[in-house]
Amino acid sequence: MNGIFDIATLWAFIIAFAVFVYVVMDGFDLGLGILFPLFPEKADRDVIMNTVAPVWDGNETWLVLGGGGMMAAFPLAYAVLMPALYTPMIAMLIGLIFRGVAFEFRWRTLSKRNRWDIAFTGGSLLATLAQGIALGAILQGVHVEGRHYAGGWWDWLTPFSILTGLALAVGYGLLGATWLVLKTEGALRDKAYRLSWLLLFAMLGAIGAVSIATPFLHVGYAQRWFTWPNLILTAPVPIAVAGVTVLLLRSLANRRDHQPFFLALALFALSYAGLGISMWPYIVPQSITIWQAASPENSQIFMLVGVAVLIPLILGYTGWAYWVFRGKVRPESGYH
Amino acid sequence: MFEGWDAVVLARAQFAFTMSFHIVFPAFSIGLASYLAVLEGLWLWTGREVFINLFNYWLKIFAIAFGMGVVSGIVMSYQFGTNWSAFSDKTGPVIGPLMAYEVLTAFFLEAGFLGVMLFGLERVGHKLHFLATLMVATGTLISAFWILSANSWMQTPAGYAINADGQFVAADWLKVIFNPSFPYRLVHMVLAAYLTTALVVGAVGAFHLLRDQHLAGPRVMFSMAMWMATLVAPIQILAGDQHGLNTLEHQPAKVMAMEGHYQSHPDGAPLVLFGLPDQAAGKVKYAIEVPKLSSLILKHSLDAPLAGLDTVPRENWPPVPITFWSFRIMVGLGFLIMGLGLLSLWSRWRGTLYEFRPLHLFAMAMGPAGFIAVLAGWITTETGRQPFTVYGLLRTVEAASPLAAPAVASSLIAFVIVYFAVFSAGVIYILRLMASPPHHGEQGPRSDIPARAAGITPAAGVITEGSAG
Repeated sequence: MNGIFDIATLWAFIIAFAVFVYVVMDGFDLGLGILFPLFPEKADRDVIMNTVAPVWDGNETWLVLGGGGMMAAFPLAYAVLMPALYTPMIAMLIGLIFRGVAFEFRWRTLSKRNRWDIAFTGGSLLATLAQGIALGAILQGVHVEGRHYAGGWWDWLTPFSILTGLALAVGYGLLGATWLVLKTEGALRDKAYRLSWLLLFAMLGAIGAVSIATPFLHVGYAQRWFTWPNLILTAPVPIAVAGVTVLLLRSLANRRDHQPFFLALALFALSYAGLGISMWPYIVPQSITIWQAASPENSQIFMLVGVAVLIPLILGYTGWAYWVFRGKVRPESGYH
Repeated sequence: MFEGWDAVVLARAQFAFTMSFHIVFPAFSIGLASYLAVLEGLWLWTGREVFINLFNYWLKIFAIAFGMGVVSGIVMSYQFGTNWSAFSDKTGPVIGPLMAYEVLTAFFLEAGFLGVMLFGLERVGHKLHFLATLMVATGTLISAFWILSANSWMQTPAGYAINADGQFVAADWLKVIFNPSFPYRLVHMVLAAYLTTALVVGAVGAFHLLRDQHLAGPRVMFSMAMWMATLVAPIQILAGDQHGLNTLEHQPAKVMAMEGHYQSHPDGAPLVLFGLPDQAAGKVKYAIEVPKLSSLILKHSLDAPLAGLDTVPRENWPPVPITFWSFRIMVGLGFLIMGLGLLSLWSRWRGTLYEFRPLHLFAMAMGPAGFIAVLAGWITTETGRQPFTVYGLLRTVEAASPLAAPAVASSLIAFVIVYFAVFSAGVIYILRLMASPPHHGEQGPRSDIPARAAGITPAAGVITEGSAG
């Protein structure tokens, strides 16, 4: 079963793809929630909400595909990781509840001080930190015995997982800020540009910190990155990060509204590829490989048929929905 | 708060709690999405303004209910892993693909077209917008298809084998998907969703008719809702009866619990109308019975023998009191709903549908009846499956995660607090919208969203044509 391109490998890429699409698409939604307190004006907040109101639900659905797909394609990994990440997962779900209902509720409340704006920020921040912490906790490995998680319910909490939690909050913030550059104009966009500068440097710092800390977690990570001939595959990643950073700095300096968001996405993609290089071929690092966790082939093939037909279709109509709501969002008074 | 409870009991309490909250929203949004599609279709077909006013009125309510369904649904999809990891490992290869197909065929469809449905009428034009509404409505039904298939497989597993790791694996996917109880459960649940929505729509219509009989919107929605109750309630009772016969064939212990039959009846079993099931003593106290009626209903013969729980090993008994009572609540409400439908039919025939106040009061009182019946029905079928998670094959105690009780207790307390805080606010917002009647020129969820793309000629943006209605 250890072929390079068998069905389990294909499924590992499909799940990784779903999680990546979730990270970047809900990433800018959650980033907007995190940045919300920096925009105290109601008019600005209304515009910010309206930039994502038509699409946030679709963005979040990728999380359900990531989770549901993992249960279907790698049930053992799902069964081990979810109890290991119990507290971050529950925190993420509760954060997503507050964030999700805020989209509608904030227009329905009669009170002047909108408590659903607080729920939007609190929920976004909680969900983001929980996702980042979960990522760190997976990377540092979990205690497995037989087919079960065998650790305690606070094992996930380490300085490293806190670092990844904060790093993700910075990264989502950058996605949110560059999204606003893309979707707004005037003073709101100017402020988004200033935040993008700040958050880009913070994100570079965060990428650096996580990259330095990861090889110390486990000798396998260090060997993966720094031994010959792996270097041929791994060295292009930091080089590409540097290249994208230069382009991103230039697009911010030249105020090309439509560029920074997509370059920030590229930065995420590279960081994500780096994670994949570190983890491969484990799905639960250092204990369960994708082949050990894989569903029987007939389950994976049964779903593959659906994925092959439906994912292109989904990307098609999701793209159409984004197209329908394309362009700059203006305050109600400002458009004619 | 939960001292002395073990982790499995806490995990069950958590699943029951989060599931009970969740199911209310899809039960409503499945029906409401279809209703919105009908309203928009009628508007496009007839051009009457009343239909687009009703559409926009209910669309605002749909937006809130759908959002609550989404966020409470994500909790469900991750709870399998967090609290029921052994279940996930063992059944993942069979149930997982069904849920993955639900995401791929339903959730994305709903979410992808929801934005256009809520905010895009002026941007895409009437026909494309109607298509978006139809896609959302279709998505809710496809979602029901897959999740009920997965649930039904847990009730009546079929088409499976068990591999060396102790996992269930599919031997025949068609048999897995179309397992024996699935068609009955699907019909019963979708009809329940339609009735639930009709009762809510009818109650809102009745509420406004009680104040003013001449309002166009409330008249139309009340009439439509009462047609639904009249026509569908009898079909639902028939579908429920057929579902029960199917359960008798595949999950006899559940029917014994529903009927309160601790003892076997070799020559005709009585129908226990009411009584107090005593699980420890193994009998129903103070039972009020109709002789031989249970045999007539379940076996179509007065003297047909019916086995009782005395033929089932005690460790396989479902908790009879809960199953027994929730079943009676569901059936009682079902007949009340049919009564409402018949009363409205009589009133309609006499030409007093919009004036007959007792009917309006009855319809208002029945507003929440669908939700209660749906919850009672789910409690019946889920507790009736106990002590198994996969009926006859995987015990609930073997399905749980290896978690410490304090972890599960903490998350349960967190969910209870958050759900009551968040969802009660949502219900208040919905009730507030319902408190005023749909009016001339009713707006959709937000009029400020369609900030048009620069340089694009807006599609024919005439939402309200005053010519008719």
